[in-house]
Amino acid sequence: MIPVPPAIQRIPWKLIALLGSIITFDLLVLYSAAGGNWSPWAWQQGVRFLVFLGIMLGISRMPLRIFEDFSYLGYLGVLLLLLAVELLGFVGGGSQRWLNLGFMNLQPSELMKVAIVLALARFYAQLPPGNTRTFTALWPALVAIGLPAALVMLQPDLGTALAISIGGVVVMFVAGLPFWWFGSAAGAGAAALPVLFSMLHDYQQKRILIFLDPESDPLGAGYHISQSKIAIGSGGIGGKGFLNGSQSHLDYLPEGHTDFIFATMAEEWGLIGGIGLLFAFFLLIRWGTRVALRARTRFGQLTAAGLTMTIFFYIAINLSMVMGLAPVVGIPLPLFSYGGSSMLTIMTCIGIILAVENDSKTGSRRFH
Amino acid sequence: MFGKKSPPITEAWRGITFTRRAIVVGGAQAALFGTLAARMAYISIIDNERYVLESESNRVNLTLIPPRRGWIVDRQGKALANNRVSLRVDIIPDRLHNKDLVLGQLKTLLRLDGDTMERIERDLKAASGFQPVAVAEDVTEQDYASVLVHLPELPGIAPQRGFARNYPTGAAVGHLIGYVGAPTAEEYEKVKDPLYITPGYKTGKDGLEKYFQDMLRGKPGAKRVEVTARGKVVRELSTQPDTQGKTVHLTIDADLQDYAARRLGPESGAAVVIDTLTGDILAFVSMPSFDPNSFSDGISNSEYSWLRADDHQPLINKATRGLYPPGSTLKPMAAIAAIEHGIDPSERHTCIGGYRLGNRFFRCLGTHGSLDMPHAIMKSCNSYFYWVADRLGYDAIAPTARLMGLGEEFQLAGSNQRFGTIPDSAWKMKKYGQPWSASDSLNAVIGQGYVSVNPLQLAVMASRIASGRRLYPRLVNRQFKNDPLPFSAEALGTARLGMDLVVNGPGGTAGRSRLPLDGITMAGKTGTAQVRGLNTGNGKGGTWKFRDHGLFIGFAPVGDPRYAISVIIEHGMGGSRAAAPVAKDILTFLYDREKAMEALDAFETGWGGTIKERMDRNYAAWKAGIAAPDPGLAQ
Repeated sequence: MIPVPPAIQRIPWKLIALLGSIITFDLLVLYSAAGGNWSPWAWQQGVRFLVFLGIMLGISRMPLRIFEDFSYLGYLGVLLLLLAVELLGFVGGGSQRWLNLGFMNLQPSELMKVAIVLALARFYAQLPPGNTRTFTALWPALVAIGLPAALVMLQPDLGTALAISIGGVVVMFVAGLPFWWFGSAAGAGAAALPVLFSMLHDYQQKRILIFLDPESDPLGAGYHISQSKIAIGSGGIGGKGFLNGSQSHLDYLPEGHTDFIFATMAEEWGLIGGIGLLFAFFLLIRWGTRVALRARTRFGQLTAAGLTMTIFFYIAINLSMVMGLAPVVGIPLPLFSYGGSSMLTIMTCIGIILAVENDSKTGSRRFH
Repeated sequence: MFGKKSPPITEAWRGITFTRRAIVVGGAQAALFGTLAARMAYISIIDNERYVLESESNRVNLTLIPPRRGWIVDRQGKALANNRVSLRVDIIPDRLHNKDLVLGQLKTLLRLDGDTMERIERDLKAASGFQPVAVAEDVTEQDYASVLVHLPELPGIAPQRGFARNYPTGAAVGHLIGYVGAPTAEEYEKVKDPLYITPGYKTGKDGLEKYFQDMLRGKPGAKRVEVTARGKVVRELSTQPDTQGKTVHLTIDADLQDYAARRLGPESGAAVVIDTLTGDILAFVSMPSFDPNSFSDGISNSEYSWLRADDHQPLINKATRGLYPPGSTLKPMAAIAAIEHGIDPSERHTCIGGYRLGNRFFRCLGTHGSLDMPHAIMKSCNSYFYWVADRLGYDAIAPTARLMGLGEEFQLAGSNQRFGTIPDSAWKMKKYGQPWSASDSLNAVIGQGYVSVNPLQLAVMASRIASGRRLYPRLVNRQFKNDPLPFSAEALGTARLGMDLVVNGPGGTAGRSRLPLDGITMAGKTGTAQVRGLNTGNGKGGTWKFRDHGLFIGFAPVGDPRYAISVIIEHGMGGSRAAAPVAKDILTFLYDREKAMEALDAFETGWGGTIKERMDRNYAAWKAGIAAPDPGLAQ
């Protein structure tokens, strides 16, 4: 038997196969959404995936130490970027979320989803175990989450603000902070819901109201959810067949290639396609959780758990939204929705989790 | 040992806590995956049927195809109303996104004028959702093609190939057939039938079109098309053809109808021809008339104003709704009543130019000398009948008048009749609270005073005198009993003989209107009705509006009557002068078309062309007059 060279052995073939199958399916759906065309979406999405796959593998080869060392610096840098975008945006007179990097438009808020997890992971890794249940363990984390979340809310981008918060909160939770803190915070949050609701923008409020009663405005703001449910529901078990989805092809489903791509897919592939995709995502999340559990360092544990949660949050919110279980917030489906920014975030997350996995394979277990 | 104590916080504890909490988080994530899977299964299995329906109703747009209306044909199956292909352009308001641009384009493509644009804007405001708004009906092939070519730039525009109602003889059947038009909003509210808001669908608005609406309507077809969210038609899925409405068979003779209408010429009047064997109405004409084709295309405001402004009242069906004093046409009927009440027809009365009643002298048109009853009819001697009425009283004559159909409303398809008055003492007491006087009888017997009838009733009277039966007029194959009238043969014979003499006797009032045929003669009775409020002139000239009406009733052939006729020429100055020649030509047409057409051609040359040519010219002149009013009149 020919010995497999270590360089090839180290490549995470199983993970690449999983990502590859998700993307292959995605390209078929984008091909159909464009009415049986590789352009404008499928082709570009495929190329983008290959580029980001390279970046992901590159990140995964970097020593975990580097992420730990640069985590605070990175967090501060992204925070400044966010602030700059915010200020420039206000100067420009509107909401501006993007920095034009020439080859792509980068949203600093996307980077923040990763940076917040790394910064908090380092913070709790360094925190003496005895302080875990003290106030010292709480306030720096709250500030670290609160600042970027507030800035993103100002953009306004509710979905991303939630994603940043949930990533940070999950790191705090697995770091071992007292259980009742989370319980009482959740209670207080529930109590404060009406106040929070009143702070939302009119259109955000409307979306939530429409979510609670989509039939109240079937042709207006409730249109997205109604049409999405029609697309998924009319697919049935086996779907209408490849290239046969009338909802997406006849433009009844808005944004059928971005936020509502799951509905586009489900119409043509039915329950079977939907469950298959859910299972693939489940495998990805299970892999991330296992990496966290087997991580060699505390930083690695917290990072892997937090990033896995960030990926999961995208999946859960997007799918809840298209199935009418959550209000319409602009959150794409990881790896599936057409677009660069979210794919870059997800691939970066996976790359760092891979780095954690590599780290736990090489060194011995230690906690500090 | 002494109460609860937190475990010491060490790195090992932290590791265990992490593992536990990571499993909690992972478990929560797995649970959410489960929830999503369950939700998806619920939507796509339990709710599948509902969503399949919704997606189909999204995708498929059902358009109704208006049914072709049934034909209306005459007794030989010749069409009085049929359908022709019509190209139309509509707007579907729901799919109209760039209104100003699209309307601007249409304005140029179809050369729409300001009035039309205003109407479209108004209709668009009133229309809801998918209720289409007509842009133009009956567009030409070229205009239609140019809209088709520009269709991709005109979202919301629906060109259609449909059918429009067509009346081959135009104005000749206007009052008889009525017309069709687009249903009104109220009609739609009442039935809620989507067909009523389908462009191109028309309902009967008047006359037989309205009366036989349910029969003529037919069943709509349907076209299923696949559309995008923006309303663009992707492809046609299936089409179910429409079912044409049923054909209505009339008793009318289309050629005779057309001839009678043309023969009335520029006069205002009516003519009714009845088959005396069956009661079939062969011609039923009121002129001038409107062209029902103009109505089915959606009549323009100015054309409608023109029709309303005409003092000859083309919008009123004079055959059923025109009430006239019948004048001397009642004399044969009065003769029958007189004989039934014991007056011997050979008894003579001397006309001295009038009849003295108390201190009043009732004038006759001439001084006829000694007359028996047939000759009194022939000469239309008033004095004789004054004498009869004075002897019997009108209460004895009125029942006979009613048996002749006067004052009666007939069960006649699609007609809206005003049935006039046959007065008697009870009627006068009820209406005016005054007793009947002998002078009332004298006025009534010569068809003046309180008496008023419509031309249909006069034709029925003629047919009843001719047949001796209580004949009912009919336009469709409807069964009436048509019992014999309770009059003696002598009475009927005297009336017929008098009428025969009117046309064929020596010096009869209609002697110039003998039929130009061998072996076929016409009998008749002229009538001249004074127009009420006559103080200007003698009714034989002067202002048109104050001239006498000319009337004529008749039947032919004399020996074995087959056709009965009544003709009224409003302000025609006299029955023998205006009405009898028309009746002569109409009856001639039934026996010898060539001869009749020769006579008509001569007349039409004098009048300036056919009905349509004259109407078009009048309308154009009227429009020009509106556009540039005579400065002399404007003062």
